[in-house]
Amino acid sequence: MKTIHTVFFKEITENFRDRRTLLTALLMGPLFGPILFAFVINLSVKQSLSNESEALDLPVIGQEHAPNLIAFLQSSNINIMDGPATRAAAIEAVTNGEHDVIIVIPDTFAQDLAALIPATVEVITDQANTQAERESRRARRALQAYNQELAALRLTIRGVSPQVMRPLNIDEVDVSTPSGRSAILLGMLSYFFIFALLTGGMNLAIDATAGERERGSLEPLLCLPVKRDHLIFGKIFAACLFMAISLSLSLTCFYFTLKFMPLVELGMTPNFGPLVVLTAFLLLVPFALVGASLMTMVASFTKSFKEAQTWVSVVLLAPTLPILIVSILMVRPTTALMFIPSLSQHLLLVGLIRNEPVNILHVVVSVGGTLLIGALLTWICARLYRREGLLG
Amino acid sequence: MIRVNGLHKSFGEVRAIRGISFEAKDGRVTGLLGPNGAGKSTTLRILYTVLKPDSGTATIDGVDVVGDALAARGRIGTLPHGSGLYPHLTARENIAYYAMLCDMSPEIIDARVQTVIDQLDINDFADRRTKGFSQGQRTKVSLARSLVHEPQNIILDEPSNGLDVMATRSLRELIRQLKAAGRCVLFSSHVMQEVAALCDEIVIIAEGKVAMHDSPDGIRNATGCADLEEAFVKAILTVEPAE
Repeated sequence: MKTIHTVFFKEITENFRDRRTLLTALLMGPLFGPILFAFVINLSVKQSLSNESEALDLPVIGQEHAPNLIAFLQSSNINIMDGPATRAAAIEAVTNGEHDVIIVIPDTFAQDLAALIPATVEVITDQANTQAERESRRARRALQAYNQELAALRLTIRGVSPQVMRPLNIDEVDVSTPSGRSAILLGMLSYFFIFALLTGGMNLAIDATAGERERGSLEPLLCLPVKRDHLIFGKIFAACLFMAISLSLSLTCFYFTLKFMPLVELGMTPNFGPLVVLTAFLLLVPFALVGASLMTMVASFTKSFKEAQTWVSVVLLAPTLPILIVSILMVRPTTALMFIPSLSQHLLLVGLIRNEPVNILHVVVSVGGTLLIGALLTWICARLYRREGLLG
Repeated sequence: MIRVNGLHKSFGEVRAIRGISFEAKDGRVTGLLGPNGAGKSTTLRILYTVLKPDSGTATIDGVDVVGDALAARGRIGTLPHGSGLYPHLTARENIAYYAMLCDMSPEIIDARVQTVIDQLDINDFADRRTKGFSQGQRTKVSLARSLVHEPQNIILDEPSNGLDVMATRSLRELIRQLKAAGRCVLFSSHVMQEVAALCDEIVIIAEGKVAMHDSPDGIRNATGCADLEEAFVKAILTVEPAE
């Protein structure tokens, strides 16, 4: 016990003095995720919000052929502009991105309308351009509305109720709650947190094994009258502490960035108060043992610090895999899934953000299962440290 | 007291040592001399329990290095080849870390660390972080660290490597002090003058076997060479190469 304690404190002291470890553990890992996330969300939220409320600038060619249509469009928050002179010029303007969408009204429009022949209106747009897609949808929706209004008028004139045209009344009932809706967005957060947790201990895990061997300080250490198991336990626990620090910083940082994100305007109230932050920490922190022992294990196979860094980076990506698969398949949490580290943390965190009642069995299985796998990996590390080949 | 009896060790196809036996007594300095790749480091690494022998036995003060490795390690202070320090810790912290790992009681650690710092004359840089230390400074700190728990047996693997004249002299002085204190010092080298200047006993190793084991004078007599270097060359030629 005393050896573990000594090694633990020595690793902590040493790594707190190492600028590289501090930078990745306390700055890079915790801040990178939330800030990137907040930035991206902010940008996309702002864009989708502004588009709906702002008037759409819509160039129309041949406005003089359909004064009523123009008046209708103007009344539905569309700003009619003069377009290019010809249809060919309009196609070119859309192709090179000068305009996102242009409407062309042919000169036969009024004539066709009067003759009850379907009158052509062209919407020129670039389907491959996602930005333009939203604008062209708005233009099409406005045209559709005008279409229905005219149809209804024609029926009314002929003494037929416009209801005839609507045999179905489709009513969608959305049962998602505001916190549920935010879970879709915040679901990917769990990976950011696990990433922060892993990066926090990465340098320490490498330094304590491959780094120590490369510096030549491992061999004299192994000559001391101490059990190798205790040395490796001390190192793994030290990495766990750094991971826990990194995780708590990441959660705290996210708690504050969330306050600056316009999620409420999207109809989302993320369930991410101080109590949730604390619960999330407790749910996620058992993963530190798995991360630390896995990294130590990988690093002890490698010959140098550089090589270890390469391989340990793979460990950073490994937890994404179960999360990704589950996100695609839309799996609901089950007790069996709670045995899988990283996945169980992800599912529990999503549930937490959704404000769903906490399933105690799931939590117990997740924490217990993750710690068990962590303990197993730690034991494997200890076995690896008994090998002769360790010193290379 | 270190006793080695018929050690064998192979790494895959390579037979590193093939039956090494010798004895290093307390109060004497024993030198392990041999060309590069002769098996010196392998022998020493078995003694400080980092490697396990394929066959044969080795004991430290009667404690078997395989059977009770932990107890054997407690009786030796080791300077492995190319020992490294922790760059973010000061020299004093490096030494104190080993003292703590050797389970010394906290009250005596500070005093004991100061004693070895004085002994190795490293007060000037004892409280500096070891990052950027010269080879001589690093070797001294490594030595201090391996002596902090006052081991009866001291095993040094090529301790004078990379040391300048002054550092080598103080290393010799230290080894003489340890000998005077009744310790058993075993060190490896391929530098003839060093071995000649220090050792009471010389074990010449070649091709994984003991070519000769005697006092310097005994070796001179046995080979009929007045010059120890000539004697060394003659001695290693007596061993038939490993296939």
